[in-house]
Amino acid sequence: MTGTRVPAREERRATLAPAVRVSGLRKAYGAVVALERLELEVLAGEFFTLLGPSGSGKTTTLRLIAGFEAPDDGAVELDGVDVTRRPPYQRDVNTVFQDYALFPHMTVAQNVAYGLMVRGVGRRDRAARAAQALQMVRLGDLGERKPVQLSGGQRQRVALARALVNRPRVLLLDEPLGALDLKLRQEMQLELQRIQRELSERITFVYVTHDQDEALAMSDRIAVFSRGRIEQVGSPREIYEHPANEFVAGFVGTSNLLEEDGLRVTVRPEKVELLAPDAPVAPGLRREPGVVRDVVYLGSVTRYVVELDRGETLVALRQNTDVAVAAAPDAERGRRVLLAWSPEHANTVAAGDDVEHVEEEG
Amino acid sequence: MSAEATVRRAPRGGLRGRASAVLFRRAWLRAVLLLSAPGAWFVLIYLAALAILFVSAFWRVDGFTGKLVHAWNVDNFRQLVENPTYRTIALRTIGIAAAVTVTDALLAIPFAYFAARLASRRLQAVLFVIVLVPLWTSYLVRVYAWRLILAKDGIVNWALHGIGLGSVDVAYSNWAMWIVFSYIWLPFMILPVWVAFERVPASFLEASADLGARARTTFRRVLLPLVLPGVVAGSIFTFSLTLGDFITPTLVGGAGSDFIGNVVYRNVGIASNVPFAAAFATIPLLVMAVYLAIARRLGAFEAL
Repeated sequence: MTGTRVPAREERRATLAPAVRVSGLRKAYGAVVALERLELEVLAGEFFTLLGPSGSGKTTTLRLIAGFEAPDDGAVELDGVDVTRRPPYQRDVNTVFQDYALFPHMTVAQNVAYGLMVRGVGRRDRAARAAQALQMVRLGDLGERKPVQLSGGQRQRVALARALVNRPRVLLLDEPLGALDLKLRQEMQLELQRIQRELSERITFVYVTHDQDEALAMSDRIAVFSRGRIEQVGSPREIYEHPANEFVAGFVGTSNLLEEDGLRVTVRPEKVELLAPDAPVAPGLRREPGVVRDVVYLGSVTRYVVELDRGETLVALRQNTDVAVAAAPDAERGRRVLLAWSPEHANTVAAGDDVEHVEEEG
Repeated sequence: MSAEATVRRAPRGGLRGRASAVLFRRAWLRAVLLLSAPGAWFVLIYLAALAILFVSAFWRVDGFTGKLVHAWNVDNFRQLVENPTYRTIALRTIGIAAAVTVTDALLAIPFAYFAARLASRRLQAVLFVIVLVPLWTSYLVRVYAWRLILAKDGIVNWALHGIGLGSVDVAYSNWAMWIVFSYIWLPFMILPVWVAFERVPASFLEASADLGARARTTFRRVLLPLVLPGVVAGSIFTFSLTLGDFITPTLVGGAGSDFIGNVVYRNVGIASNVPFAAAFATIPLLVMAVYLAIARRLGAFEAL
């Protein structure tokens, strides 16, 4: 675990206790170890993302924070209070489930008011607060419908309203956008950020996803998970620009690994310039000749896979500002090119034991 | 991708090929083919028998010759309503059927909850067999076994006496019928309730706890409403099976414990008064119709 733990908002760290602190957390299912001595701190008011492939332990971490499962070892603290042995209904957190888990026998309004009802909030008060919560997720007029009458995106919003209406200290979101299509997902990403901003008392969001774009787009900080451990914690920028090791470099973005002076370095594809073999290169840039092996047109960019003469393969991205290039990607195949990049964009990374990941159901 | 991988499929000629193409396009034709045999059976045997039963309830038997007279009248029904004996029998039948249904529901819900949500996979398989085993043995054997268990000098009293609790006199009574019916039809309640519990996603229970509900509240507010259709489905079995039975009342009910079925049986077999038997047999039919209408409103058939 080589986490460079720099918070996104320095000033916040100085003033506020962590909303969630997880220490020495261990959880195994039979012989399968889901979490191995996990250490994690989420600051109050932060949008914190647990990012990793399936089976990496991110969902297990969320379930342990929510209290659905008990750890084999270690502790979960909320606002400095140890809640490890408390059941879910005695923790000031609420969860948005991946499958939404809306109660099908209740109306949307009853679903949203459920948490208030079981906590003994009066009928009139809870109706008003449920209506307000539905307003916040822009479903103000659908309170009388049943969940089956809603679209996936609408159900997602109801699940969000049902959790937020209780004003928890921490909101846990378990891949909440996983079942939505791309357009809706991007819309909801903005929506989630808006809602967190608009809440009068800022609620801490802990968000689980395997989608690196989602994590980069929404988070204040990201923890990258792999096989029950955290590989790196940092802001989206830190994670992307300075991946701590090969795994992070490979999981968040395209890794582009190279051997340089006995060190492992990685260069992001958009930082690699694609030049003609005899083109003049500015002094100080690293340069590598190679042959274009594959060209993939991706709309806004074109991806070039270049086999270097020294043996490795690099990916370079080029903006499709030049229509002629974009129009004939096939003609580029087999062409000799020169790749160049600034040394400051080449990150030295720690070698992972292996970059390939064993897919497990988590 | 290689070119060999995309071999063109030639259209199939011949009568069979064309017939299957026609069937593929026309869903109603497939439905007709699938349903013609069971449909014919249903209409000819089941519905026709029911219709004849209902019609014959309005006929009568000539008291002198013993012959069936096709003269329309409602004497049979008047006798059912006015004769207190038949009223008692009808109420006893419906009352015990209701008691059995409630008992089975109360037994099945905790058992099915345990089996569906708490038991390990292996234990589930064992429990499933335990529930089904009684159905593999003869109904008669099981009822006779209960006769031995409940008899005055049977196992129950022997055990009660052994621990110094005296004895109970339940043999050949309505109590005995209640106990035996509850036992015999219990699997028919457990299975749909079990399935209903299994169909509730674990995330619903987690969501309820997450929103602040203790286990009891979760059970009452989330779990029970969602398995209620399963309970209603099971109750249709336990209620109607008890309603139509006449063997258990004969074997463990003793004198003065007649069910509607017993009266029907005697009127068909001994008294040869088929119209009266038919009239009495429409009572459970009506009760079931009302019950099914209520069950439908509760959404019981969505869980079947």
